[in-house]
Amino acid sequence: MTTLSDPPKQQFRLSMLLYDTRYRSATIQVLAMFGFMLLAAWLISNAAQNLAALGKPISFSFFTESASYDINQRLLEYDSRDTHLRAALIGLLNTLVVAVLGCITATIIGVFVGILRLSSNWLVARIMTVYVEIFRNVPVLLWIVFAMAILIESLPSPRDFRGEDPAATMDMFGTVAITNRGVYIPEPLFTNSLGNLHIFGDSSLRFDISLDLVAVLAVLAASIFAMRKVAARAARIQEETGVRPKTWYIQLGILFVPLLTLLVALGFYLGYPELKGFNFTGGTHLRNSLIALWLALSLYTAAFIAEIVRGGILAISHGQTEAAAALGLRSGRIMRLVVLPQAMRVIIPPMISNYLNLTKNSSLAIAVGYMDITGTLGGITMNQTGRELECVLLLMLVYLAISLCISSVMNWYNKRMKLVER
Amino acid sequence: MGDTHAETVTFVRDTMLPQQEPPLTTVGPIGWMRANLFSGVLNTILTLVSLAFIYYVLSGILPWVFQSVWNANSLTECREIMTATWGDTHGHACWGVIKDRWLQLLYGFYPPYPAYPDANFSAPPDGHWWPAYFRPNLTLILLILALLPVLFSGAPRKLLYLSAAYPFILPWLLWGGAIWVPLLVAAGFGIGYLAFVLISPRLGALSALIAAVVLPLLWWLFAVGPVSGALSSVLDIGIAPVQSRDFGGYMLAIVLGVVAIGCSLPLGVLMALGRQSDLMIVKYLCIGFIEFIRGVPLITLLFVASLLLNYFLPPGTNFDLILRVMIMMTLFAAAYMAEVVRGGLAALPKGQYEGADSLGLNYWQAQRLIIMPQALKISIPGIVSTFIGIFKDTTLVSIIGLFDVIGLASAIRADTAWNGIYWELFAFIGALFFVVCFTMSRYSMYLERKLQTGHR
Repeated sequence: MTTLSDPPKQQFRLSMLLYDTRYRSATIQVLAMFGFMLLAAWLISNAAQNLAALGKPISFSFFTESASYDINQRLLEYDSRDTHLRAALIGLLNTLVVAVLGCITATIIGVFVGILRLSSNWLVARIMTVYVEIFRNVPVLLWIVFAMAILIESLPSPRDFRGEDPAATMDMFGTVAITNRGVYIPEPLFTNSLGNLHIFGDSSLRFDISLDLVAVLAVLAASIFAMRKVAARAARIQEETGVRPKTWYIQLGILFVPLLTLLVALGFYLGYPELKGFNFTGGTHLRNSLIALWLALSLYTAAFIAEIVRGGILAISHGQTEAAAALGLRSGRIMRLVVLPQAMRVIIPPMISNYLNLTKNSSLAIAVGYMDITGTLGGITMNQTGRELECVLLLMLVYLAISLCISSVMNWYNKRMKLVER
Repeated sequence: MGDTHAETVTFVRDTMLPQQEPPLTTVGPIGWMRANLFSGVLNTILTLVSLAFIYYVLSGILPWVFQSVWNANSLTECREIMTATWGDTHGHACWGVIKDRWLQLLYGFYPPYPAYPDANFSAPPDGHWWPAYFRPNLTLILLILALLPVLFSGAPRKLLYLSAAYPFILPWLLWGGAIWVPLLVAAGFGIGYLAFVLISPRLGALSALIAAVVLPLLWWLFAVGPVSGALSSVLDIGIAPVQSRDFGGYMLAIVLGVVAIGCSLPLGVLMALGRQSDLMIVKYLCIGFIEFIRGVPLITLLFVASLLLNYFLPPGTNFDLILRVMIMMTLFAAAYMAEVVRGGLAALPKGQYEGADSLGLNYWQAQRLIIMPQALKISIPGIVSTFIGIFKDTTLVSIIGLFDVIGLASAIRADTAWNGIYWELFAFIGALFFVVCFTMSRYSMYLERKLQTGHR
């Protein structure tokens, strides 16, 4: 006769925290947390001691002081009497400008090159390979200073445009002046302008929005909405009758008639750059620093994007292409309707990280003197005020915020494009 | 038998014809050109446009490269020679600047004979026996030898001892000083090993592990300095020290690149494991660190290294700028490496983890024997492109005032003799980086092919 009894209850011993797998993970985590907090506390207390010794407690009051330096390439109005905060804002906008421009051109060049690398024409494929290898294997900083040197050294100076028989002439039917001081392009102007909308009054964050631009964008949005309605109606008729009504002239009319009417009503005209004295006036002036940065970043990133696009296309199984060809599609439509939509799923995630890289690389603007957020907040403002801690931490925060924004937008897009699997 | 042949009609051939040559237009160079260059109207146009483009580019570059001036001591002299030889100054390179300054571009201000700091850069001091730049060159040769067994399985295995010793050789050869410091630092690892072996049979594996970590740390922090001082006073063996501020040029890029690459791989693997682990707090610490580093540009981290790091250390500590830059670049590279390795870990089928568990392997055994060999193999292309990226990013140190190649190029241009020279310097620097990065990417392709086990 045996009596069943519970096994003797194990007493909890301290060593079980380490040897018992039930407790071990908790122990490790508590230790890790403890260690991390200890490290953080050590760093913060060091920083506090150092700052106290230097007599520089953390303060952001320098933001309200006058910046007293000039920013020549800017989107908003700014002069040297403005505050450091406004300088940082101008810098931030400059970063965004070059990042957006760079992403767009890099994508266009990259997709183009990536597809051409797969061309059946041996020579074209080789040329594109050489382009990709040269740009990928040389530091981007070198490309940026190189582009800047090309612009400054090899372009004509505004002086060359003068005289009876000038050494240089304006391009694009005399509308664009490409000089070693930058590129002057025509600017849109309105005789019956609606004026500007001032936001935030006179503060450092004041912001002017051109009502003309708003009106043009609103009309464009309305036109596109109407065009989609027309297209939807055409699709419905096609479903019912099998015949798709011709709509292209209606579409064109909807797109252009309201827009042209609006532009005529506003008195739209282009202000061309003109040579006055030793320099050009009028038009929009894109400085060399912006163009060099834009050019170098786009060409450099395009080499990476080309590889991604090529990899994405190669990842699509050959059966897809063959099946599409068996359906009687031409090669252009095979690419557009069958291969690219599937390749997009492979392409988008690495593309996101390349856009992020381009944005982060735009901080190298400091090498050519383009005043982006690194040049203003992390450059002159930091040097003038001596507030390294605040400026660098804020700079990092700004870039983190930009990175998070880009990656969340692109992740949303990625989710939309993702294959819905059963 | 004979009858059947007699009945055969005469026009039926009873022997095989010899094989005919394929038409000339489908084989050989002509066939290849028809297939690859002129297979249609569009392709023909593309080929012609490409040929015109290639001609345009080469007709600009080749004369510039080859109709050039090598022997000149200033840009003015260069231009005089060009005018005398070709009649114009455009379209000809002035390689004189490279000939004049290539040592500086490669080694920065590193003294060619560190034992004789007063010796000028061109003439060796009296009584010397070693060639100029002996130490950096030896470091580079040893680096290649130490990498050989790691990179190629055909290399002699004995070289692995050199690979193990190399992390101590590199700083000693480049920075100089007493030989005792690297030896004592290396001894720290020996102490850790001894502690583990001696303590584990008596007090258990865990206390042994703790001792193996804590004792070397104590040794490095408190004992290495005094002991090496004492040993030096007894037996002064060492080589002339070199200041960090003398480091520069392409050598700086290589040193920074090698250190960041070498340290970031193990650190990145650890962080990738941390990010994939079930321990929530460890996981979130890793995620936070990786995403933070990946979200900010390297230049801000270099600002931290040059301006902020002193704020976060105890008052009065002031250590070398190059060391600070190395730490920041290692952390930066490690975050990217962690993401690449994580990709490899995620790509492994779950069955591999379960298989390792079912064999009764513990976590570290499973990682070492089953998971990591496969995960690292999958992530080779990503790892190498991170290496290439970090090597290229070493040029950013010129922005915080270190004289790497790009910083030196500006310095050379600031010299009156070479004021206004751009393309030759850029071409030289670009070629230096291209050679190393291109080699790395080709090696990664070779490795991928070698490790390819047949099916994907």
